[in-house]
Amino acid sequence: MVERSQNLPVDAYTEADEREIKELERVWACPPGIIGWFTDTDHKAIALRYVVTAFVFFLFGGIEAALMRIQLARPENHFLNPDLYNQVFTVHGTTMMFLFAVPIMTALGVYLVPLMVGARDVAFPRLNNYGYFVYLIGGILLYVSFILNTGPDAGWFAYVPLSGPGYSPGKRVDIWAQMITFTEISALCGAVVVIGTIFKMRAPGMSLHRLPLFVWAQLVTSFMIIFAMPAVMLASSFLASDRLIDTHFFNPAEGGDAILYQHMFWFFGHPEVYIIFIPALGFISSIVTTFARRRIFGYTAMVLSLIATAFLGFGLWVHHMFATPLPQLGQSFFTAASMMIAIPSGVQIFCWIATMWGAKLNIKTPLLFVLGFVAIFVLGGLTGVMLASVPLDLQIHDTFFVVAHLHYVLIGGSVFPLFGAFYYWIPKWTGRMLSERLGHWNFWLMFIGFNLVFFPMHQLGLQGMPRRVYTYLPNGGWGSLNLLASIGALILALGVAVFIVNFLWARRFGLIANANPWNADTLEWSLASPPPDYNFYRIPVVEGSNALWDRSAENPVVVGLSSTKRETLVTSVVDAVPELRYELPGPSIWPLLLALATAETFIVGIFTAWAFAIGAVLTFGVFIGWFFGDPNYENVAAKEPPQSEEPHRAPEVLRAENA
Amino acid sequence: MTNSKRHILNGYGNGQRLLAVLLLITVSLTTSCGGGLQSALNPAGPQSQHISQLWWFMLIVCTVVFVVVLGVTLVLLVKKAQGSPDELPERESAESQRRKAFIVVAATAATIVILGAFLVDSFLVGRGLTAALDRKQGVVIEVTGHQWWWEVRYPDVDASSIFTTANEIHIPVGVPVTFTLKASDVIHSFWVPNLHGKKDLIPGKVSTIWLQADKPGIYRGQCAEYCGHQHAHMALWIFAEPREQFDEWRRNQIQSAVKPASDSEKRGQQVFLTSTCVTCHTINGTSAGANIGPNLTHVASRNTIAAATLPNDRDHLASWVDDSQQIKPGNRMPPNKFRPEEMQALLDYLQSLK
Repeated sequence: MVERSQNLPVDAYTEADEREIKELERVWACPPGIIGWFTDTDHKAIALRYVVTAFVFFLFGGIEAALMRIQLARPENHFLNPDLYNQVFTVHGTTMMFLFAVPIMTALGVYLVPLMVGARDVAFPRLNNYGYFVYLIGGILLYVSFILNTGPDAGWFAYVPLSGPGYSPGKRVDIWAQMITFTEISALCGAVVVIGTIFKMRAPGMSLHRLPLFVWAQLVTSFMIIFAMPAVMLASSFLASDRLIDTHFFNPAEGGDAILYQHMFWFFGHPEVYIIFIPALGFISSIVTTFARRRIFGYTAMVLSLIATAFLGFGLWVHHMFATPLPQLGQSFFTAASMMIAIPSGVQIFCWIATMWGAKLNIKTPLLFVLGFVAIFVLGGLTGVMLASVPLDLQIHDTFFVVAHLHYVLIGGSVFPLFGAFYYWIPKWTGRMLSERLGHWNFWLMFIGFNLVFFPMHQLGLQGMPRRVYTYLPNGGWGSLNLLASIGALILALGVAVFIVNFLWARRFGLIANANPWNADTLEWSLASPPPDYNFYRIPVVEGSNALWDRSAENPVVVGLSSTKRETLVTSVVDAVPELRYELPGPSIWPLLLALATAETFIVGIFTAWAFAIGAVLTFGVFIGWFFGDPNYENVAAKEPPQSEEPHRAPEVLRAENA
Repeated sequence: MTNSKRHILNGYGNGQRLLAVLLLITVSLTTSCGGGLQSALNPAGPQSQHISQLWWFMLIVCTVVFVVVLGVTLVLLVKKAQGSPDELPERESAESQRRKAFIVVAATAATIVILGAFLVDSFLVGRGLTAALDRKQGVVIEVTGHQWWWEVRYPDVDASSIFTTANEIHIPVGVPVTFTLKASDVIHSFWVPNLHGKKDLIPGKVSTIWLQADKPGIYRGQCAEYCGHQHAHMALWIFAEPREQFDEWRRNQIQSAVKPASDSEKRGQQVFLTSTCVTCHTINGTSAGANIGPNLTHVASRNTIAAATLPNDRDHLASWVDDSQQIKPGNRMPPNKFRPEEMQALLDYLQSLK
């Protein structure tokens, strides 16, 4: 029988333990009130803000999708005029890619990675807070401008010259370009935070080959973000400067190149898909392990597949550009690379199936979503292989076939696992179980609705319906399949509504979740639900690749960390050997101020280039404040040496702590 | 517990039923799509023929793969072992691990083989798209994309035989046609699915696509790259005709516009030439020579107006000239407030331009 808690049962705590825990609670507490909301650095609080914000954007994106489905339900509909429709589809794509998918995946990483690796917070907690505020401001910017009828309308990849100064006058595209900058900065912050946490803050014993696959997935994704995001920031900044200060990067009349923009965008854009998809693979591995009651089959193959996907993901962007006049030989290379990426995806699916084969499957809602993922994602992956073929792509590129494909891989590959992850981890976040009965309704409505919306679109694309059309003529024969898709959208929306009902219901009436309601194997399940501010009273020592299942009776833990400072353990990159104690910074107002300085730079920068000069001064000032004058937090480590006898010596790893 | 189990089993019943329904939909859809003037599944030339063969090959193989993966998943659900979720996970036997490793490796190898086959077939088809063409015989047509219509120019060594039309392209059957593609403003994409895949028209670049129609017919095409407001209404027609018919059409298009015959037509021409029409349109043989809008020299010989959006009849022409913004909001043509008598004369004149 696995113990339900990593720490001792409460009645086994000595008085000294109780005192220490009280002290930890005091030291790690969030400042009260609104000030606390703006200054808190607790990774769990920030991650939950990320999740809620991203989910709200998901609902906005969903409403936009519904508006499009109403408009397309019948030919020559007049529900939306073309100007509004073009804004709606652009804002839908932009929202789902930049404001929902990437942030919510980062958010789950920020919440779960420290808990899974046994850290008391993330590395760089203030950077983490800054990342959230920048993201929030970027999202608000997009929606305020959308409400003011200056929503971007050049598509979520804003091809030049359509998005250039000549063909998109006004500020619509500038809003898009700067919003990209906001979300990319935020994603980069998240990536740095996650990589730092994974590489240097793992519990002793959690060497890289014992790292949970969820954490591997987050690690790989974060590296992809670091390599991919600069490309799109460059593209959107070039675009903004073409529009603001009359540069000609993309202006063919002045020697610029319209295709250059496409290369730069898709060099980011295709890895982006995997940035959204790979974290979901981590959710699936966690869920499969727990509900199949098995260690994952082929751990090494799984890790190598994740890494291979990340590498290959950077080598196939041109398959978005097969219809442009590019040399055939070059295109062939990208066909081969695009097909090759199906291999690691296949390996992972085979390994999950092998894990589940013959296992004592505990079929709960999270696993249902994973099974739904298999059905939808395999279909989406197969149409992806079709799109990799140059000749076939020439027919189905930029049609509703592509719309179907991308929703099969993104909703099937990411949103279904994400909902599974919600059902799996919400008990940890809230301390309440979601309803299984509503969970089944949620799954089946989403599964059926999804297939009704998107399956017919394959056919529409083959029958010649291009994407991004605000209406179509009645004699094309596209009416009935479009109507079917619109009906499916209603069912899909009902499924999402059931989830919201389930969540709100569970907050009040759900069964109380104990520390480990699913009897799972990773370290977050050793903590109370929800976990305390300081995460781990005693950082555990990991004895196997499935930390809780492999725990010996001795149950070793780390002692010697301060309970009067925000201290956590820093370990070596590969083997997680304890190296030193590290004091994390606490709550601070400077991340918010830096986010505001960033916002000034890029938002005012839509109107005048002077904003960048002002922004540089503001940012410099905030940095001075960030590093020197800190009204809320006394950086003890910087002022006086630690009080222990041997500063920065690794704390003892005590065995038989509870003996 | 038992209750929830029964519920779950019902779920799988649903799943299988759903699968059956989906398969049925697939089959009925893929077999019922033979018709269609704008369909990749109804090929009318060697290029689209090759691509559609590639499509069917990939579809069949992918369907088999999909059914196998889904079948295995359903089987594992049916065959799942019984046990309490509270038990500690057991270690699988080495024997079972070995067997699974073999199957996973075999499945991966099969994936690689299938992908290899797709790759080779894809290369061969790609080469076949251009290899078989004897380009010397063919016709060359220049297409320029504008927001939101197609300018179509037939170049010729004899300068007096060059002519320009819009949105309706006539080609001879059975010979390769070379399309030289340009864009005047933003990126567009030329796509006639019954004949070939698409090719982008990119400002500052020239792209080329070769296609051939094997049987006479009319095929609809549409801009496939989002190009702004009226991307949805940027269509074109291709008329594939026997050679004699094509030559006859061509001879007519080379001519200057017919002279107005009746008084009303003369009055109409006067209206045209003295109003804002001339700032954008050309009618060869008159003083109207602007190149912003479609060339109207033989506008009455066309079947549609507004980039294949409306039938070219008197009523639609009238409402288009009067206020095209009601029909195709955002297009570049301003409303024209003519007196009724002027409008009727103008329509008479335009309809005479065969």
